[in-house]
Amino acid sequence: MTEDKPGWREMPEGAISYKCTLDYETGDWGVEYPEIDYERCSKCMLCHFYCPEGAVRVRSDGYTEIDRRYCKGCGICVEECPVKCMKMVRKV
Amino acid sequence: MSDLTLKEAALKPDLLASGHRLCAGCGETIIARMILKAARGPTIATSATGCLEVSTSIYPYTAWMVPWIHSAFENAAATASGIEAAWRAMRRKQKGPLSRYETLDIIAFAGDGGTYDIGLQALSGALERGHDFTYVLLDNEAYMNTGIQRSGGTPFAAETTTSPSGKAVPGKKEWKKPIDEIVIAHEIPYAASINPAYPMDVLRKSRKALEADGPAFLHALVPCSRGWRFPPEKTIEVSRLAVQTCIFPLYECRFLEGRPHYELSSPSLAIAKKPESKKPVEEYLRIQGRFNHLFRPEMRVDLISSIQEWVDNRWEMLKEKSGV
Repeated sequence: MTEDKPGWREMPEGAISYKCTLDYETGDWGVEYPEIDYERCSKCMLCHFYCPEGAVRVRSDGYTEIDRRYCKGCGICVEECPVKCMKMVRKV
Repeated sequence: MSDLTLKEAALKPDLLASGHRLCAGCGETIIARMILKAARGPTIATSATGCLEVSTSIYPYTAWMVPWIHSAFENAAATASGIEAAWRAMRRKQKGPLSRYETLDIIAFAGDGGTYDIGLQALSGALERGHDFTYVLLDNEAYMNTGIQRSGGTPFAAETTTSPSGKAVPGKKEWKKPIDEIVIAHEIPYAASINPAYPMDVLRKSRKALEADGPAFLHALVPCSRGWRFPPEKTIEVSRLAVQTCIFPLYECRFLEGRPHYELSSPSLAIAKKPESKKPVEEYLRIQGRFNHLFRPEMRVDLISSIQEWVDNRWEMLKEKSGV
């Protein structure tokens, strides 16, 4: 990702990071992302805990959803889902 | 101890933001996210140099939603000691930015290089001085960040770039350093081993470690799909196999009345009570490419059985210590 970065004159003191990685979307790393079949989901939330990216969020109704902006497509959630309600889908 | 349920933890916002640049399927963030979820309130994190440090803090970005500091490779524990001492001084003088916090969770994250090899003296010093912090060892069993070099934490016969397998040498020739025993010998209030495959266990132990009055040590096994040579989706499967084969048993150790008290955690306790459910270590080795040379071109039964012997021996020792 190329972007405009400040020169050394504009740099904050101590060159402390001033941006959050939430601005750096890693969703384009993978070729596949998971999809949840909500009919069969048992709301166990294991996919949320097993996601290395934190890209699986828990909604207020207890179901989880995939944030495709950050999902790197590792497939851990699909592999570990106890009711096998997730599958990997090719990005189009 | 205040309990944290899985649901409460799930609804807590992540303190390690998405968008960091660790590999897909990395075990380190799974553990780091869970530990940060167990934090009670004000938290300061520090890291030793390693995968977690470099890929969460690529300038100008940072993935840390809590104050975070990195100073050098060897001194994660020393930095944490300094944070704790500063907080205590500010509390005593009732001035300074940290003086209003009744509790402060100080978490030091370090890899196996930063703990077994480079950071051992800083860790030992901090444990001896008794600073109130939690040290998390993210053990991926080699220097993965710089390209898979062997470390003190690399297991016997594992192939790394500096312990390649060939006709004469079968990967690493030495055994894994027993870091837990070294740490427990410092008579610290709390030490435990954790594993990303058991989230409830991780949350419970991290909360206990943060609440402990004095230094606490968490040894986390974090499979690395690049360095251990397995497909990224198998991360949790590999870590679960490590517990089921007893190569990495889950336990905690408290120091009470001048003696260490070992206690097996439920996944390992179940195996101790039902020994026939213990899987042969071959299953754990076969799934990882770094042990390929034990199976191809010919089965190295001698090496596999010596690993099994080592595992059995250490497992029996642990069972003895925990009185099961």
